[in-house]
Amino acid sequence: MAFISPIVFAIVTIAAFAFAFKKGKEIYRNINLGQSEDLTDQPGTRLKNMLLIALGQKKMFRLTLAAIMHLFVYVAFLVTQIELLEIFIDGFTGQHRLLFYLFRDTLDSGFLTGLYNFTISFIEVLSILALVATFVFLARRNLLKVPRFVKSEMNGWPKLDANIILIAEIWLVTCIFMMNGADVALQIQKTGSSPYGFLLSGNIVGPALAGLGEGTLIVMERFGWWGHILGVLGFIVYLPFSKHLHIMLAFPNTYFGRLKPRGEIYNMPAITKEIKAMMDPNADPYAAPPEGADAAPAKFGAKDVQDLSWKNLLDAYSCTECGRCTDACPANQTGKLLSPRKIMMDTRDRLAEVGKNIDQHGPDFVDNKQLLGDYITVEELRACTTCQACVQECPINIDPLDIIVQLRRALIMEDSNSPEEWNLMFSNIENNAAPWQYSQQDREKWVNDLN
Amino acid sequence: MELKVPTMAELAAEGRTPEVLFWVGCAGSIDQRAIKITSAFVKILNHLKIDYAILGKEEACTGDPAKRAGNEFVFQMAALQNIEILNAYQVRKIVTTCPHCFNILKNEYPNLGGAYDVVHHTQFLQGLINDGKLTVKGGGLFKGKKITFHDSCYLGRANEVYEAPRELLEALDADLVEMKAAKSRGLCCGAGGAQMFKEEEPGTQRVNQKRAEQAIETGAEIVAAGCPFCMTMLSDGTTEKAPGKVKVFDIVELLVQNQGL
Repeated sequence: MAFISPIVFAIVTIAAFAFAFKKGKEIYRNINLGQSEDLTDQPGTRLKNMLLIALGQKKMFRLTLAAIMHLFVYVAFLVTQIELLEIFIDGFTGQHRLLFYLFRDTLDSGFLTGLYNFTISFIEVLSILALVATFVFLARRNLLKVPRFVKSEMNGWPKLDANIILIAEIWLVTCIFMMNGADVALQIQKTGSSPYGFLLSGNIVGPALAGLGEGTLIVMERFGWWGHILGVLGFIVYLPFSKHLHIMLAFPNTYFGRLKPRGEIYNMPAITKEIKAMMDPNADPYAAPPEGADAAPAKFGAKDVQDLSWKNLLDAYSCTECGRCTDACPANQTGKLLSPRKIMMDTRDRLAEVGKNIDQHGPDFVDNKQLLGDYITVEELRACTTCQACVQECPINIDPLDIIVQLRRALIMEDSNSPEEWNLMFSNIENNAAPWQYSQQDREKWVNDLN
Repeated sequence: MELKVPTMAELAAEGRTPEVLFWVGCAGSIDQRAIKITSAFVKILNHLKIDYAILGKEEACTGDPAKRAGNEFVFQMAALQNIEILNAYQVRKIVTTCPHCFNILKNEYPNLGGAYDVVHHTQFLQGLINDGKLTVKGGGLFKGKKITFHDSCYLGRANEVYEAPRELLEALDADLVEMKAAKSRGLCCGAGGAQMFKEEEPGTQRVNQKRAEQAIETGAEIVAAGCPFCMTMLSDGTTEKAPGKVKVFDIVELLVQNQGL
C-alpha cells in the first residue's frame, strides 16, 4: 500500500501544474493580443522598482493597517513555500519528514536540525499572524463593509472570489496545525516526548491533542498533510480564474511599468507624422506614400482590448481589485459613474472573453462587442479629470488612466463623439490659439491694463 | 512705477534672447482672475530685474485640454506650431504660472522636438530665494495666519513638486495647515482632463465642492493655490460653501502682498 500514496500524489500534483500551465499560456497569449510596446530599457531601474514595489510592498504602506495585515499573509505565503518543499519531497518519496531525519540521524547535524526546527516554528508563527490577518480581512469585507470593498463593481463573483481565497487561507493554516500537532501528539504517545522542536505544535497544539486515540491522530495528521497540499494545488488551479493572480503578476507588472513622469501622456507618433506632412510646404499632398512606409494605424485610440498596449492588458490581469484607485478617484468620490478599478476589471473580463472566442471559434471570430461601449460607457470616460490619483495609489503600478485616455481618443478621433462644449474648445484652440473664444491678437491686452 | 513686459519679438529685434521665457498661458492671459496672478508674477520679475520676456501675441494654447480630452490631432497641431516658435527664438528656459502648461511643456513637448528647461513659478521663486536674489520679509502680513495649500494634480502628483510652494508659504511666516488629502494624496479641484470646458458628469456632488469642504475643514483663512484652473474651481467652491470666510490666492499674489509690491 505504501507505494500508492506517492503515485496518487504525483498524479494530482502533475495534473494541477499541467492545468495551471495551460491556463497560464492562455493568459500569456491573451496579453500578447495587445499592441507591442518596448518596455525593456533601463533594466536597473526596472529591477529596483520590482524589488521595492512588488517584493518590498512599498506602496502598500500608504495604508498602514491594510499593509501590515497584507504583509502577514504575504510573508507567511512566501515562507510557507519552504514547508511545501518538504511536502513535495515526502509526497514523491512516500517518506515522513525525510528532511528532519536526514538532518538529525544520517547527517547528524545539529545545525541543520536546528534550522529545520526553526523554519517550521517560524512558519507556525507566521501562519498564526496570517490567520489573524485573514479574519481582519473577512471582517473588513463582510462585517465592517469598508466602502472600497462594497462598491457596485464588486457585486457577485469579485466579492465571492475574495472570500473564497480568505477561506482557503484559513483552511491551509488549519491543515498545517493539524498536520504538525497530530504528528507531535503521536510522538508523545509513542515515546513520551516529541523529537521535533516546533514552537507552537510542540508546546501547545501537540500536547493538547495527545489525549486523542492513535487512530484519530493518524487520520488527523494525514488529513492535515493532504489537506494542505490539495489546498495548495487547488490554489494553483484556481489562480488563473482569480484576482489572486496578482501574487505572480505583480512582479512583471512592476518591472515593465512605464518609466516616465506620472503626468506624461505619450504622444501618438502616427499623428505627428501626419501633421508634419501637413505643415511641410514642400510636401506633395497627392504623393503616394513612399515604399515601405508604415501604414497609418487602423485606429486612432482604442476601442477594444487588442487596440491597447500589452502592458495595459498585463495591468488588467495583475489587478487584485483592492479599490485603492477608486477610493482616491475624485469622480468616484463625488458619485460619478467612473471607477478606475472597474476600468481594469472590464478590460480583463473583455480580454478573457476575446481569448475564449479565439479558443472556441478561431482567431478571426468577431462577436460584435468591444470594450468601449459594451463594457466601459462614455459617461464613465467623460468623468475622468486625469488627476492620476488612481495611478499614484495602485500598490503595483497599474495605470487605469492610460486606458481611459486611449478610449477617449477613439471616442473623439474615430467616432467624433464629443460633448458640444469640447468641440467648441477644440475649434477655439485651432482658430484662436486658446480654449476660449478670444482672439490671439488680444492675448497681451493684460499688459496694458497693468499700468 | 510703470511695468514693462518685454516680448520675445522686441528683444529679438534688439538681437537679444532673455534668460527665461515667461509662458503666461491662456488663463493667465485671458481670465480676469488669472490675470491678477500673471500681474503679481510680473511685478516680482520686474522688481528683481529678471531678464525675461513673454511671447505675447505669438503665444498659443499648449494643447493640453485637447490632448486630455482625447483629441491628439488638435494637441499636436498646437504643440508643433508652438515648438517652431520656441525653437526659432532659441528658448532654453521657461517659467509658467500654469501647472498644465508646465507639465505638457516639460513632459510632452520634448519628443515632438521641443526640449526646454521648464519650471513652475513656485520653483522659480524658491530658486530666487535660495540664490539670495529675493528676500522674503518675515513677520509680515501673513505671520501666524492659517493658510492651507491645495496641490494641483499637474504640479504635485504629475511632477512631484510638493515642497517649493510650501517653502514659500513658510517663508511668509504663515501657519501652514494641511488638508486631510494633501500632497500625493491631494484631491483634484475638478478642472483637469478638460473638465474645465464642459459640465461635470452626473453625480452626488461637484468635485470642487468636495475639495472646498476639505479646505474649509482646516479652519484656514486663506487657501493658497498654484494653478489658474484650481483658482477658479476653489473660488467657486469656497464661495458656495463658506461665503466670505475663505479667500483663495495664488502663492505669488501672497508674496506680492507681503513684499508690498
